[in-house]
Parts: sequence; C-alpha cells; structure tokens
Amino acid sequence: MAIAILIPTALRSYAGGKESVEISGPTVGAALLSLLDAHPELRKHLYNDEGKLRHFVNIYVNDEDIRYSGETETSIKDGDTISIVPSIAGGSTAVEDAQGVELDRDEILRYSRHLIMPEVALEGQKKLKAARVLCIGAGGLGSPLAMYLAAAGVGRMGIVDFDVVDFTNLQRQIIHSTANVGRLKLDSAKERIAEINPYVQVDTFEAALSSENALELFADYDIIVDGTDNFPTRYLVNDACVLMGKPNVYGSIFRFEGQATVFYAKEGPCYRCLYPEPPPPGLVPSCAEGGVLGVLPGVIGVIQAIETVKLILGKGDSLIGRLLLFDAMKMKFRELKLRKNPDCPVCGLNPTVTKLIDYQQFCGVTPHEEVSVGSEFEITPVELKTKIDRGDDFVLMDVRQPEEYAICRIPGSRLIPQATVPERLHELSSADEIVVHCRSGVRSGQVVEFMKQAGFRKVRNLVGGILRWSDDVDPTVPKY
Amino acid sequence: MIQGANNLAIKLKTEHLAQIKQHGEQTYPHECCGFLLGEREGSTNYLREVYGAENERQDSRHNRYLITPEQSKRADSYARSRGLGVIGYYHSHPDHPAAPSGYDLDHSCWPGESYIIVAIEKGKAAALNSFTKPDYTQFEQEEILVEDS
Repeated sequence: MAIAILIPTALRSYAGGKESVEISGPTVGAALLSLLDAHPELRKHLYNDEGKLRHFVNIYVNDEDIRYSGETETSIKDGDTISIVPSIAGGSTAVEDAQGVELDRDEILRYSRHLIMPEVALEGQKKLKAARVLCIGAGGLGSPLAMYLAAAGVGRMGIVDFDVVDFTNLQRQIIHSTANVGRLKLDSAKERIAEINPYVQVDTFEAALSSENALELFADYDIIVDGTDNFPTRYLVNDACVLMGKPNVYGSIFRFEGQATVFYAKEGPCYRCLYPEPPPPGLVPSCAEGGVLGVLPGVIGVIQAIETVKLILGKGDSLIGRLLLFDAMKMKFRELKLRKNPDCPVCGLNPTVTKLIDYQQFCGVTPHEEVSVGSEFEITPVELKTKIDRGDDFVLMDVRQPEEYAICRIPGSRLIPQATVPERLHELSSADEIVVHCRSGVRSGQVVEFMKQAGFRKVRNLVGGILRWSDDVDPTVPKY
Repeated sequence: MIQGANNLAIKLKTEHLAQIKQHGEQTYPHECCGFLLGEREGSTNYLREVYGAENERQDSRHNRYLITPEQSKRADSYARSRGLGVIGYYHSHPDHPAAPSGYDLDHSCWPGESYIIVAIEKGKAAALNSFTKPDYTQFEQEEILVEDS
C-alpha cells in the first residue's frame, strides 16, 4: 500500500489526467518532490516563482493541515491521503468603503442631483469625498477633467505640472483664463477649482513627473489620470501604476481624434500590452506640431472624468479592456477590445520591468530636441537679415506646412514642406547656398542633416526658426 | 494586444443559474459563495452540480467572501464521491457589476477554473457572467452555454 495524493480537477491535465497519484516517501516534502518528478508541469501551479507554495494552496494529510503538524517535514505512512486544497476569497471592490466621511448641509444641497440617484446616493457621494485622484498635467485634458471632478465632489485632487500658462494654451485649456497668462498652471488651476468647489482639497506638485518622484507622488492617491501628451510620461505613468496596483485613466488627443481607456493591470491590460514599444522618436507628431481641435480635449477629458467617477463609485461597465476611439470629423465612436498580453514586460507572467527605468532613453528622446548640425551649418536670424539686406544670392527654404506658411513667412522664402523634401531634392542645386528654416529650428535642423547626407555642403539651418526671427529681426511677424 | 478569439466556455443548465441567483438573493446584502462541481474536457467546464458554501468572513461581508480550505476539502470529497470534481466557484457582488475585481484576482486559484459572478441589485439577481484565468495575471470572460436537454 502506498500514499495517495489527490489531484484537484483543475490540475489533472498536468498529472496525466489522474484523479490521484500513488507515491511513497517518508515525509510530505519527499512525497511532493516525487510527485513533481513524475509530473513536472504541476510545479508552477503549486509553487510561485520564489519556490514557495502559492498563497492559496494548502496541503492536508488526511484531515490535518500540515501547517499545524510540521509543514513539509510531516511524516507520512502507507494508507495516508495527501490533499492539495485551495482556499479562495474575493469580493466586489478593491477600494475600501468611505468610513467616517460625513456631508454637511451645504454639501448635501450642492450634491443633491447625485444624492437622489440610487447609483450614487449618499454612500457614493461619500466615496467621492473620500477619493484621492492624481491628475498628471493641467493642460487640455487636465482642464475639463479637474473642473468636473472638483464639481462632482472628489475630495482630494493632486495636480502635477511645471508649465506656465501661455496664449497658445487658451484655445483649449479652459481651466486657465486670459488674465492668468504667464502664471504657473498649478496656481491658475488651483484658484479655478476653489471657485468651482471650495470643499476640494487641491495638492499641487510643481515638477516634471520622473522616475525619481513618481512612486512617492502616486502613493497618496487611489486613481491616476494621465493627461499628458508625450510618450516617456505615458510609459512612466503606466509602469508606476502597474507596480503600485493602481488604475490609470488614460486619454490622448491629436487633431480631430481622441482615445480613452482605463489601464488597470489587476483587472485588465496595461498601456504596454497595447503598445509594447514606443514609436520611433519624431514619427508621431505632438499637438504642438500637428495641432488639435480646441473642443476635442473637452470630450476626451470628460470621458476620463466619467471613468474616474465610475471607478470610485464601483458602478457600471468600466473602459478596462476597451479602447474607445473618437473621430470628431466623422462624429463617430468606435471601440477596440484590448487583451492583456501574457508576455507584457511589466504586467505579464514574467515581468522584466520591475522598477521604473529611464523613460527618455526608452523612448529614444534626446534631452535637447534640436538636431545639432554643427555650427558651420547654422545661421542666426540677425546674420540672415544682413545677408538679405546685402542682396546675397541664396535660396531661403521654408520646410513648414502650407497652413503655417499662410500664417506668416520670411519674405523671399520658398515653401518645400519637410515631408516632401526627399522627393523634391532635385529642385535644389547643391552648388547654391541654401538657408533652411521652420517654426523653431527643429524640423529644419533635421532637413539640413538630411541634405548634408545627400551631398549638400552649402546648406545652413536658421537657429530658432521664424519664432526667433520675430524676436530678433521683425516683430511684425506673428508667433504661433 | 487587441482581443483575439477565446474558446473557453462553461456548459450548464438553467436550474444551475437559478440556484446561484437564489443563493445571492438569500444572502443579500452580504456576498454569497460556493463551488461549481462537474467535469472538465479540453477548454470546456461541464457544470453538474452547484454546491453552496458559507461565507466565512466575519467582517465586510457585503463586499468580501472567504472559503476556507476545510470547506474546499469537504466539497472535493463530496464531488469525488459522485465522480465529479471542483471545476470552479461562484460568488455574488451585491450592488456591484458582475465582473471580477482586482481583489478577486489576487485571491483566486488555478487557471482554467470557472468563476461565476452574479450581480445582486437591491436584493434582486441581475447580470451573471463567468470568467476564467488563462494564466495567473488576468481574468477573461468565458462563454456560458445553457444546455437543458
């Protein structure tokens, strides 16, 4: 007679389909070892990566839990039965209830349209008051998001931003007013929120989110809302949320299109499941480069706000596992189902990203965006002005988009948009002297570099672009 | 990753669904829980019997449940005596959607088992869904096939 190890139904396919396996051995540990020798596939379902029994796995000898009889050293004899027994738990929500939170008379009046709905009611409003939400960025998405969450009664909001309000923000960043141009976005946003709802505690963090500060900043908040517009920060927010087990309410906008979803690795995919690798630097233009419809962040930011409120209330069907795509021109919403990637480097089975990394490097972003073409291939606006006034014979080439050319131009320039330069290179002569410019000098720097490699030697980049031309030479040229 | 086809499914009878819903309504506003007994063939779980369990949580029973190993062992012996096995679990979400939470994932068991969740809204059974774990990192919804013949 031997010892029988009873195999749970879920594991039988790893044990040759057997209901029980006959084993001999002086102790439970020895018996389990010979079980794994015979059926090695069982190992990963009984033990975790550290070689310990999985937390839900309990081992019994007859009716005794070995935890109380000597663990794996428990001796066994013929006729004994070893059982592999799971314990299981669960529940409806990962967020604990709002305990000890009360609403005063004014708050009850303020939130009355919430309180009379069964899906929110007093209990839900207390959850909103107890909630702590961190908004990354007080820009296009952050503006409607922060304003609506404040109005809805989210008790504590953190905002991370380091920028100053400028005139180009006002077309869409509705939390900031014209009078606040030149002030910190944080100060402007905090004042506006206080006007909307003085019951909201606003924590401001004047910093660029980084691998050094992200974990500490996120620790005090339940939900992180990503309102940023660059890839390094998106990957950083994602990884920090996965590592800390927090939901990441995601939105992005470009021109007339937007996307929104909730990345929550505990319940679905993360950003890296969708985009394992960042796009090559420069391939995907930013809103500053490609433009954005001013109203669009209103739609996407408000969707993020709704998802945040639903997560707090624990109600409805969340966007977890669904990517919502919005096209303002077609006025259409579409939806893609997202699936968790078991090979995901951060939330998969064998994660390789277990701490925050250098996201600038990961996304191939060099600290100074401007391409250094070398000083002999550069020219300043003042030098260019002198050249023009002297009547030098040269080609002034503008590589911006036609829409930008329509806003302003340097007299005598010839428009060859950056994307068309390779196919129109034959229109240019390498014997000619050529000055290339764009808005700020970045794109023209790339064109100069490209032309150098194509054999042009007398080509120079206008440093600082038409913006610096406006500053240093001709203030009547409008900046945009 | 964009979602692909998944062929995981649980086959059961109308009366099983009724039993689970009834259990959830009985324990409302607390969570109910129990075992799904049956057989497994390939990627399909065949439910033969619903076997109720006691929620052994003493606190937070409106949003937490716990099944101790003693109950699991009893359910497993019962199932074996009928030529069946534990193929999964069910529990209720009082006033909460019928979808697994992060807490559910953290405290669940082996891949391939079925997890039926029934939402109980204001005391009445509402949505019911079944989920399974393709691996240890996630739940995926599985198809519920009702076969009453």
